[in-house]
Amino acid sequence: MADAEEPMAVDGGHRDGGCDWDGRWNHVKKFLERPGPFTHPDFEPSTEALSGFRLIHVVDMDTIDVSNLNRQFLFRSKDVGRPKAEVAADFINSRIPGCKVVPHFKKIQDFDDSFYRQFHIIVCGLDSIIARRWMNGMLISLLSYEDGVLDPSSIIPLIDGGTEGLKGNARVILPGMTACIDCTLELYPPQINFPMCTIASMPRLPEHCIEYARILQWPKEKAFGGNLDGDNPEHIQWVFERAQERAAEFNITGVTYRLTQGVVKRIIPAVASTNAVIAAACATEVFKIATSAYIPLNNYMVFNDVDGLYTYTFEAERKENCSACSQVPQDLQFSPSAKLQEVLEYLTENASLQMKSPAITTTLEGKNKTLYLQSVKSIEERTRPNLCKTLKELGLSDGQELAVADVTTPQTVLFKLNFTT
Amino acid sequence: IMAATKASKEQKYDRQLRLWGDHGQESLENAHVCLINATATGTEILKNLVLPGIGAFTIVDGHTVSGEDVGNNFFLSNNSIGKNRAQAATELLQELNSDVSGNFVEESPDKLLDNDPEFFHRFTIVIGVQLPESTCLRLGSVLWSASVPFLVCKSYGLIGYMRLAVQEHTVIESHPDNALEDLRLYQPFAEFKNHIQSYDLDSMDKKDHSHTPWIIIVAKHLEKWLSEHNCQPPKNYKEKEAFRQFIREGILKNENGVPEDEENFEEAIKNVNTALNPTKIPSAVEDLFNCEQCNITSQSPSFWVMLQAVKEFALKEGNGSLPVRGTIPDMIADSQKFINLQNVYREKAMQDAAAVSKHVERLLQSVGKVCCSHCIANCKHLCWRLGKNAFFLRVVRCRSLAEEYSVDSVNKDEITSSMDNPDSEMVFYLMFRAVDRFYQQHSRYPGVYNYQVEDDISKLKLCVNSLLQEYSLNVNIKDDYIHEFCRYGAAEPHTVAAFLGGSAAQEAIKIISHQFVPFNNTFIYNAMSQTSATLQL
Repeated sequence: MADAEEPMAVDGGHRDGGCDWDGRWNHVKKFLERPGPFTHPDFEPSTEALSGFRLIHVVDMDTIDVSNLNRQFLFRSKDVGRPKAEVAADFINSRIPGCKVVPHFKKIQDFDDSFYRQFHIIVCGLDSIIARRWMNGMLISLLSYEDGVLDPSSIIPLIDGGTEGLKGNARVILPGMTACIDCTLELYPPQINFPMCTIASMPRLPEHCIEYARILQWPKEKAFGGNLDGDNPEHIQWVFERAQERAAEFNITGVTYRLTQGVVKRIIPAVASTNAVIAAACATEVFKIATSAYIPLNNYMVFNDVDGLYTYTFEAERKENCSACSQVPQDLQFSPSAKLQEVLEYLTENASLQMKSPAITTTLEGKNKTLYLQSVKSIEERTRPNLCKTLKELGLSDGQELAVADVTTPQTVLFKLNFTT
Repeated sequence: IMAATKASKEQKYDRQLRLWGDHGQESLENAHVCLINATATGTEILKNLVLPGIGAFTIVDGHTVSGEDVGNNFFLSNNSIGKNRAQAATELLQELNSDVSGNFVEESPDKLLDNDPEFFHRFTIVIGVQLPESTCLRLGSVLWSASVPFLVCKSYGLIGYMRLAVQEHTVIESHPDNALEDLRLYQPFAEFKNHIQSYDLDSMDKKDHSHTPWIIIVAKHLEKWLSEHNCQPPKNYKEKEAFRQFIREGILKNENGVPEDEENFEEAIKNVNTALNPTKIPSAVEDLFNCEQCNITSQSPSFWVMLQAVKEFALKEGNGSLPVRGTIPDMIADSQKFINLQNVYREKAMQDAAAVSKHVERLLQSVGKVCCSHCIANCKHLCWRLGKNAFFLRVVRCRSLAEEYSVDSVNKDEITSSMDNPDSEMVFYLMFRAVDRFYQQHSRYPGVYNYQVEDDISKLKLCVNSLLQEYSLNVNIKDDYIHEFCRYGAAEPHTVAAFLGGSAAQEAIKIISHQFVPFNNTFIYNAMSQTSATLQL
């Protein structure tokens, strides 16, 4: 799947007679005009409501790479280097008369709530859990509650699909109502990196040799005078050769250019077929939600065609104290003599939180105080000594509220500090 | 130019080469796929075959493009209305990948079957989409006799259907998801035994002790255990627990008697559960050994020659075991100890593969096939790959369509037992059969026009009943499903076509590449519930 997120608006009722031809909607209209035994209880057949999806916004920060062409069928070799969102929009707009795709060559995080609020449905084909969590958090932040009751009109359904090789999944999220991304965070175990001591002094696998060249040798030798660019073949070649040398030292076989590229770029195999299956499943759900013709998937489907074809469909459950979508304040239990470092480790290592680089702030004596922040060098240096201080030394008291910001969420998460004895 | 093309193909196909390798890609590039009917389902399937670079495709379709066709098909435009559908679709599919050679035949499959059935013999696989029953069965019979795999696909309303008909499909590289390691801890081979003996855990310094591979730790403790338990390895939970405790006692202690932090020992303890299983030949492989195809003739496909060679190896050099796989998982150890241990397995695997290769040569010679040095080198390489996959060899045999449809051989049990649950996906299979019947009788599908829906429900019900009666199927089909299938009006929604498009294409790739395992033999997809089932009919 592309790293794209596709907010869509259904242009209900708008009939542009100019670009329709006889029979154009024959395969769709039967589902909208005819009653049936399996339709959604709210479904009302109508001959009026028909049109295709006319207005679609596509957000994608990437440009086209030649390795995309084996599966990303809207792109051709002449398009390599161009923004995916723009090429996709051009292709669809010219192939499907009356459809208007608006491209945004941007990161999803470049937009705020005023942008996302305009959509009826959001579909994601993102390539990282962090990005999914961010989008998830954005839609949760749009929910409005009156007297503790969720206003259904503030819910924007999120349809999420992902694939890896011959496996994939598709899910439907109704923020505030059904399980969100963070509710099921444990379904995605954290990425395993090789231990540093193995890489530095005890390599056994060709992968260890590659990581040695990437993590230790490259920064030291500053080969091409900057950061390692996985998309630059010269950089990969450099890592490949150093990895080969290291492997020879330890009698390790198996270092190849392909393996080197795979390790450096964390490449996951990808084919057209699995992506087609998951994209189709997601599109079916968009159709169901937009037309109310059928009850949508409730709420998670897994697909695997390594051995025959296997699907498993289940209802992922909401987590009562989900840090993203429950309104339950998050609890932090620490002894007053615990160091801030321990709190930081909890935020990153706890399976339900899995934060990446949390910034912790609080209010002390009426003033906002940053306890620790990693993403700005000067602030990181200034606040680093706080990590070795105890919570008591930092002036924190029992019941203190800590505000935590992180890439995994567009809104700060509030934690309540509970001192244990 | 050749080198540049090869390099750019490696880049383009990189993400899929990591799944099926260069040899898998080569088999795709040598394949010629036939698609019958360029409907949305057909073009979506073909899209997922053209993108990964099959050698060639030929679309057979006698239909003219209608406005309705363009409405659900990404590979037709409203400019194509009035043109032959095979030609129009070929143009837009061809431009997906210039490596692929696209062809079309403006002819109905029935006409080809009348005039030139051998036309279909040239294909690696034939994919038939939205075929009426009579055409499907005729074509099925021709392809079955010619041993050409046949994949039948249908999108009908919110239901998708696939049927694979292939006599015998062999798979060496099945790539199982969760295979157990082949460590030979129980009854280690001679070289492994010697290697184990080269270790003396009691005399090692702390550094070496903590960086000894867990395989060695388990092996050493197992030796001791066997000598104290009448050569019986730990089998039940209690014994394994005791064995784990025995290993734990081997952890070094510091001067205060507190156990040190030895992660390699923790790994050993964790792996006791799976590492001690005896290296039996899997029953699936034993079944293959018992197949009559193992009686090698000059006509025998290479899979069976290799299988017979493995069988002979198991009886002789293998002492009742398959060739050693030769790989071990990563584990905490210093580089030298790990590499040395890995090499013990690797060298044994190469030895075993060479022995299998000798059996292959001998078998070929015995049926009059002489091996040149090129063949022998190729054979060695194939046997190395065979050795790595010996535990996972698979053969898939799908029943012919004729057998499925014959009253004498219909799989009644599968149908009636599935229909114990009247909402199982089996009901959609029966509805497809009933709808086919309707088409045969009325030369149209039910409920295509709004005014037909109500009357067609009772007509379709008659077809359902006659179907159940003809096959003596004592099952009940709820009226809701009959109503729903009339409601569909033979619509082919794009998203259902696209789901089948991905599913069918990957099954075709499995057939072409002989990697991964195809389904056997009927697949139903229900887009209403996003569920599916595989039925063997």
